Amino acid sequence: MKIAIPVEDQCIPASVCASFGRAPYFLIYDTEDQESRFVGNQAASSQGGAGIKAAQAIVDSRIQALLTPRCGENAAEVIRAAGIKIYKTAGTSVTSNINDFNNGRLEELTEIHSGFHGRGGE
Amino acid sequence: MKIAVLSGKGGTGKTLLSVNLAAAAESSTYIDCDVEEPNGLLFFKPQVLETEDIAVKVPSAKGRICIGCRICVDFCKFNALAHVNGRLKVFENICHSCGGCLLLCPEHILTEKDKVIGKVLRGIADNVAVHTGVLNIGEPSGIPIIKRMLSNSELVHTDPIFIDCPPGSACTVMESIKEADYCILVAEPTLFGVHNLNMVYELVKLFGKPHGAVLNKCLETVNPSEIFCEDKNISILGKLPFDRELATLNSNALIAARVSAKYRALFSSLLRIVKREAAL
Repeated sequence: MKIAIPVEDQCIPASVCASFGRAPYFLIYDTEDQESRFVGNQAASSQGGAGIKAAQAIVDSRIQALLTPRCGENAAEVIRAAGIKIYKTAGTSVTSNINDFNNGRLEELTEIHSGFHGRGGE
Repeated sequence: MKIAVLSGKGGTGKTLLSVNLAAAAESSTYIDCDVEEPNGLLFFKPQVLETEDIAVKVPSAKGRICIGCRICVDFCKFNALAHVNGRLKVFENICHSCGGCLLLCPEHILTEKDKVIGKVLRGIADNVAVHTGVLNIGEPSGIPIIKRMLSNSELVHTDPIFIDCPPGSACTVMESIKEADYCILVAEPTLFGVHNLNMVYELVKLFGKPHGAVLNKCLETVNPSEIFCEDKNISILGKLPFDRELATLNSNALIAARVSAKYRALFSSLLRIVKREAAL
C-alpha cells in the first residue's frame, strides 16, 4: 500500500510537517517494498488554495492513505472524493508513524479544520 | 462631486470623517465601501428602502462530461478547481470569477452560474442618502460590490458624494477611489501614522488624484504626520483634536456634527474647505 506523509525534510529521519497544504515535501512510502520517495510540494508557495493543489497532487500519485496531523476541509474534500483515507499522525517521527500505521495503531483523522485561507495557523 | 476618504490602516478616522462631512452637508450621499466591516450605518441608522443582492459568476461543470485534460485546473492561480475520479470539483469560495477556465476549456463543458457574495443596502437618514456594501463572510473579494455601488447611475451627482474607503491601499481601495474627484487622506499623529499615510499618499499620486490630508487625534505635541505633509507639500485641510467629547459621541454611534454645536461648526468649516479644494 502506498501512503503519503507531509514532511519537513527530504531525507530520513524526516519529521512530520504540521501543515498539509504548505508542507515543503511529501514522503511517498510503499508499505510492501518499504521504499521511500520524497516529492516537492508544488502547492507550498501558492497564493491561495494550497490544500486543494496539494491534495490534487496526492490524489494523482495514486496513494491509498494520507498520514497527517491535520487537514483543511477543501483538501479533505478532494482526498476523500478519491477514496483515500486520512489518518492522524502521532508525534513528529515519520518512522514511528509508519510503524504505528502498519500495526493499525493510527486513528482516522476526524477533526477537519475550516482552513486558514491566508490567515496562518497557530 | 465624489470625495473619497482613505487611510493606510483601520481606526484612523475614515468613517468618523466621512460620516460627519456627509451629515454637515445640506444634502449628500454617503457610500460605505468598507464592505468587509461596514459601520457607517451604525451612525446613520438609515431607513433602508432597498436591498440588492450582488452576485458574481462561478464556473460549473454540473451534468457535463469532463475529459480530464486539467487545463483549467493548472490554469487557476487560486487553485479553485480539482479533478478527481473523472469529475471536476469547483471550490466556489476560492474562485475569483476571472472566467479563465471557461475560456480555456477545449470541450466547452464549463458554464457559469450566479453566486451571491453580498448585498447593497440603500436608505435615507435625514439629509443623507446612505449606501452600504456588505460582503458575506468568507468571500474572497468585495470589489464587485464596490463597483456596483459606485456605478449606480441613480447617484445624485449635484450633491457631494462621500466614499468611505476600506483601510489600506490594496485593490478594494483602488476600486473605491478610481472614479473619485478628490481624495482625503486621514492620518494619526505618530510615526506609524506617517508610515500608513505614506502608503495612501503614494496610491493617490499613482492614480493622479487631487488630494489633501486631515490630521486626526491631534495633541499639543509635535505631529509627525503634519511634518510629513509639510515635507511633501500635501495640503492640510483640517485637524481633529484628540478629544474625549468627540471620542465619547463617536463610540456611542452618535454623529458629532448632528448632536454637538461645537462639532457641527468644525465639520461645516472643514466641509467648506474640502469643497473649495476639490473644486480647484
